[in-house]
Amino acid sequence: MDYELTREQQMIRDEVRRFAEAEIAPVALELDEKEEFSVELTKKMGEIGLFGAMVSEEYGGQAMDYVSYIIAVEELARVDGSQAATVAAGNSLGIAPIYYFGNEEQKKTYLPKLCTGEYLWGFGLTEPQAGSDAGGTQTIAEPDGDEWVINGSKIFITNAACEMTLGVTVQAVTGKRGDGRPEYTCFLVETGTKGFTAKAMHRKMMWRASNTGELFFDNVRVHKDQILGKQGDGFKQMLETLDGGRLSIGAMGLGGAQGAYELALKYAKKRKQFGQPISKFQAVAFKLADCAMEIECARNLMYKACWLRDSGKPYEKMAAMAKLYCSEVMSRVVDHAVQIHGGYGLMKEYGVERFYRDQKLLEIGEGTSEVQRIVISRYIGC
Amino acid sequence: MDIIVLIKQVPDTGAAVSIAADGASIAAEGLKWVVNPYDEYAVEEALRINEAAGGGTVTVVSAGEARAAQAVRAALAMGADRGVLVNDPALSGADSLGVAKALAKAVSGMDFGLILAGSRAVDDEAGLVGPMVAQLLDIPHVSMATTVSLEGDSVLVEAATDGGTAVVRAPLPALVTAEKGLNEPRFASMMGIMKAKKKPLEEKDLSALGLSAEDVAAKSAVAAMSPPPARPPGKMISGDTPEQLAENLAAALADEAKVI
Repeated sequence: MDYELTREQQMIRDEVRRFAEAEIAPVALELDEKEEFSVELTKKMGEIGLFGAMVSEEYGGQAMDYVSYIIAVEELARVDGSQAATVAAGNSLGIAPIYYFGNEEQKKTYLPKLCTGEYLWGFGLTEPQAGSDAGGTQTIAEPDGDEWVINGSKIFITNAACEMTLGVTVQAVTGKRGDGRPEYTCFLVETGTKGFTAKAMHRKMMWRASNTGELFFDNVRVHKDQILGKQGDGFKQMLETLDGGRLSIGAMGLGGAQGAYELALKYAKKRKQFGQPISKFQAVAFKLADCAMEIECARNLMYKACWLRDSGKPYEKMAAMAKLYCSEVMSRVVDHAVQIHGGYGLMKEYGVERFYRDQKLLEIGEGTSEVQRIVISRYIGC
Repeated sequence: MDIIVLIKQVPDTGAAVSIAADGASIAAEGLKWVVNPYDEYAVEEALRINEAAGGGTVTVVSAGEARAAQAVRAALAMGADRGVLVNDPALSGADSLGVAKALAKAVSGMDFGLILAGSRAVDDEAGLVGPMVAQLLDIPHVSMATTVSLEGDSVLVEAATDGGTAVVRAPLPALVTAEKGLNEPRFASMMGIMKAKKKPLEEKDLSALGLSAEDVAAKSAVAAMSPPPARPPGKMISGDTPEQLAENLAAALADEAKVI
């Protein structure tokens, strides 16, 4: 057994940390306050190769292992949840389905543009009436000659409604299966396709510098070549995509917890009350000790899940555990971090307030904590 | 062009350094080591020269202990093609001249049109190794470049001087040291890091270069190190209005600090 990261994994951690501290940290507060998605920052993240992490070189990807990718997301989230979200969704939800399920033509058309970070791609799954109950999907696609006609809407779709969005993968009902359940198929719909509109959603509590879109499909006609994989593969594709997506959301919990913990520790050692640094008071020190311990546990669980995936072993149960645990660890850590900061913790300038807000999504997006518990309970035989 | 870049591994500039138990060196335990920032300018410049020319090679050469291989790999991750590390325990006791001898020997058998190095290292701030290597190789040398342009068989360098700029032309091959402002070094890309794994990194000891420990031994020794005096606490200036604050500040600067 070996807990050491490889040399390359360690270099990736160092380099992404250096990048995040130099390029993201100085603007994170302002972008959050203005609720502004930064094209410039996204392109910079593309330049250092944060998109196309698991994609092979022939399509312009970085050919990283999953542990390396997760470390990169973790290091971004340690500084800013919004930018980590752009990268995590860009890879796990935008690029991954095209890479894993797309045909050669689709991969050649879209991946090189997405892997440079010049363009982004959304993954349209959630609908106004279909959240955890993906079976409630109402978006439909009907065949018409060589074309399909898509009607419906999607909501809360990351990277889907900004000037960098090249298109979206949209899951639609395309008929009934033999067992009477709906048949799902995913379509690749390019930005600018007639009848397709994407509207940026604003007034979010968290991830305010990440782009979130609401998508409308009004008799959108796409050629049958735009089907991702095969007709009827949509449900399976969604499940597999979400397994990978869970790891990147978990990595955001892990990195966010690390960032908030470091802020709290630094503050506690500097802030003096009753004649000594507050880190010397057990009430504060024990909170920090708990944070350090839980982050360590979360990291081990997360890396193990990634290691399973890299090793080609079943990782789905562990991915659900890692997503659930990391996001809940971050919840406890940001709570402690704000508490340790006292009144200053409530002020934007001190940074922990942003971590506190950004955390909440992690217990909701990519399968709520409740859904993760259902997934885990099924795996353990309940 | 075939370009050689000389680099040194130094403690992270953000790291808090402390004096080791011997009282004459830096405690190495727990220190984070990085590529000397001035050497990063040199690596970046070499990459840019070849990218603009659409060809050429960049070879990174360092001399030091085994851990310095990490610095060479960092340069490979930025985009350099191959690395050479003179790795010998005797080098940990070497001074600038000893290191320069090892580097000069290491590059003497290579083909190169240009050697780039940092103008100085942020640990000892000596600024000697670059010029010494040029001297040992008997090639021209220009220090503290803020721009480097290749023009045919020569290199045109704008070099920082006290209060001005010197424009120096030198025939190739030449050695140029990089000053802050020469460029903005890139971050290593994820793919660059993954590719660095497969790039050649050759390690040699001194004997492989025909040198002995005595050849590189320091001519002088550090007798003792002491930390800088602790910074005195700041003083808050009080006053009810901006005018009063300014007046009190001016008074404090004139009467107490005696700087105006």
